Amino acid sequence: MSKLVFKEIRLSGSGGQGLILGGIILANAAVNDGNKVTQTQSYGPESRGGYSRADVIISNEDINFPEAIRQDILLSLTQEACDKYSLDLKQGGILIVDTTFVKYIAIQAPNTYELPFTDIAQEQLGTQLVTNILSLAFLVRISGIVNEKSLEKAIRKTVKPAFVDLNIKAMKLGFSLATKEKRLRQKEEDLEVQV
Amino acid sequence: MAQNSQKPVLTLMQGNEAVAAGALAAGCNYFAGYPITPSTEVAEILANELPKRGHTFIQMEDEIASIAAIIGASLAGAKSFTATSGPGFSLMQEGIGFAKITETPCVVVNVQRGGPSTGLPTSPAQGEIMQSRWGSHGDAPAIVLYPDSVKESYALTIRAFNLAEKYRTCVVLLLDEVLGHMREAITIPDASEIQIINRIKPTVPANWYKHYDENQKYLSPLASYGEGYRFHVTGLAHDAQGFPTNKPQEAGAMMERLQKKIVHNIRDLVQIESYKMEDANIAIFAAGIMARSAKAAVKMARAEGLKVGLLRPLTIWPFPDDAVRKMLKNVDYVVVPELNQGQFLHELRRLVKSTTDSKLIGLQRVNGTLITPTEILQKIKDVL
Repeated sequence: MSKLVFKEIRLSGSGGQGLILGGIILANAAVNDGNKVTQTQSYGPESRGGYSRADVIISNEDINFPEAIRQDILLSLTQEACDKYSLDLKQGGILIVDTTFVKYIAIQAPNTYELPFTDIAQEQLGTQLVTNILSLAFLVRISGIVNEKSLEKAIRKTVKPAFVDLNIKAMKLGFSLATKEKRLRQKEEDLEVQV
Repeated sequence: MAQNSQKPVLTLMQGNEAVAAGALAAGCNYFAGYPITPSTEVAEILANELPKRGHTFIQMEDEIASIAAIIGASLAGAKSFTATSGPGFSLMQEGIGFAKITETPCVVVNVQRGGPSTGLPTSPAQGEIMQSRWGSHGDAPAIVLYPDSVKESYALTIRAFNLAEKYRTCVVLLLDEVLGHMREAITIPDASEIQIINRIKPTVPANWYKHYDENQKYLSPLASYGEGYRFHVTGLAHDAQGFPTNKPQEAGAMMERLQKKIVHNIRDLVQIESYKMEDANIAIFAAGIMARSAKAAVKMARAEGLKVGLLRPLTIWPFPDDAVRKMLKNVDYVVVPELNQGQFLHELRRLVKSTTDSKLIGLQRVNGTLITPTEILQKIKDVL
């Protein structure tokens, strides 16, 4: 019997940040990998603003309860979302926050990544609209939760044809930011070992 | 969309998408509705798909008109359908009663959200367990189906159409908001694997046709307007030809037939899932999305050595009395998690032998969030 894989991922922020689309893409990528998946969402009645979150559960077995209540990975793009959910992060879980909006983090998790995703998207890609894909790609490379090729395939399948190129650019930038971050941490670790 | 492709492929699909796809697979050729969260995707998809197939989609002025339109379309031979949520479902109640008394096949999907009134439009609730049974005035039975997954949303939508056609009545499919919007990967079966039931058509000469043929037991043929058969349709109590009557004998016979149609076919109508019940001394009774919490709770309890099982109705009306009685006989406690103030619990109380019986443990929530598996497990531990 293969080992049970059961990963809970929550993408959280506010309405209009494209988190539900991000969730759908991540879920599609997990299906491409051959895994079972549920993707659920919770949002307020507003179409922009208000809270919004997308949950994805990835497993190699049937998934019963569909909401990510004890997250292995939490992405928070707003202060409110970070405050609301970071306490539910599993021990050793990965917390990724957008420091454009998140100024305080309530917990001290060893696997915390803080980057100004929205500012980076605006400065390097000319639009904040792809913050979702930028941060999702970052999350995927940091965590290895889905195959990167599966992610690319899912992006191409899900976003509107006119926006594929822009989103693929955002994905690549997200990957390279994650690689840089990983290298940086590796260096820090190496230094610690030397000391 | 996936249902167009020939070979089965795994597709990530929402519950609402699966309902729309199931309706098309069942042969739905007419939708009239008024979009409402959290059922909107059903209308959105059918607005695209039905015209492509040469069929009809109408966005109506409201839900009263929507239910009236689908009943009219059905009488003209269409397999008709509408989708709504709480406030719309309330408006449709009178029409649902009209479909029942006129024995007109149609399907209503109610993706439940928090109520009453506008309530919590984007949050889950299971507030219409009783409304789907008793919401329309008068005393007629109901057929109500309740899926717990995207895959089952597809299958039960097809079944809803089949039962509507077979029993000539309005069949209601209840979904939870979470399920309507939840995505899971499903394989759409090949059309050849899907069983489709269509209404029985009359074979008698036109002037022999009775719209409510008592000689045909409870499943009588149904002519469509425009086929040459003459019949009268009214919401008043009617005779076999469909003309109004207030003769106690005829009115009584009509009401009795509506009842017997369901009671005599209970085995065909009731569907339940029994999960790890064989040796259970504690059962969870739950439907829809709460059954998913419950199943996770069963697995957690079993891992701790607790003998817990789950009984899940796929058909909630008619109520699975026999299965519930058996469960009540075999277990010490039944935990009933539900997103309302105890509607299933109330129905289960009808089946316990004594009113002082404390076997039933309710677990209710109406704040727009789900009851988690851990909370159900805790409730089980509390009663032990």
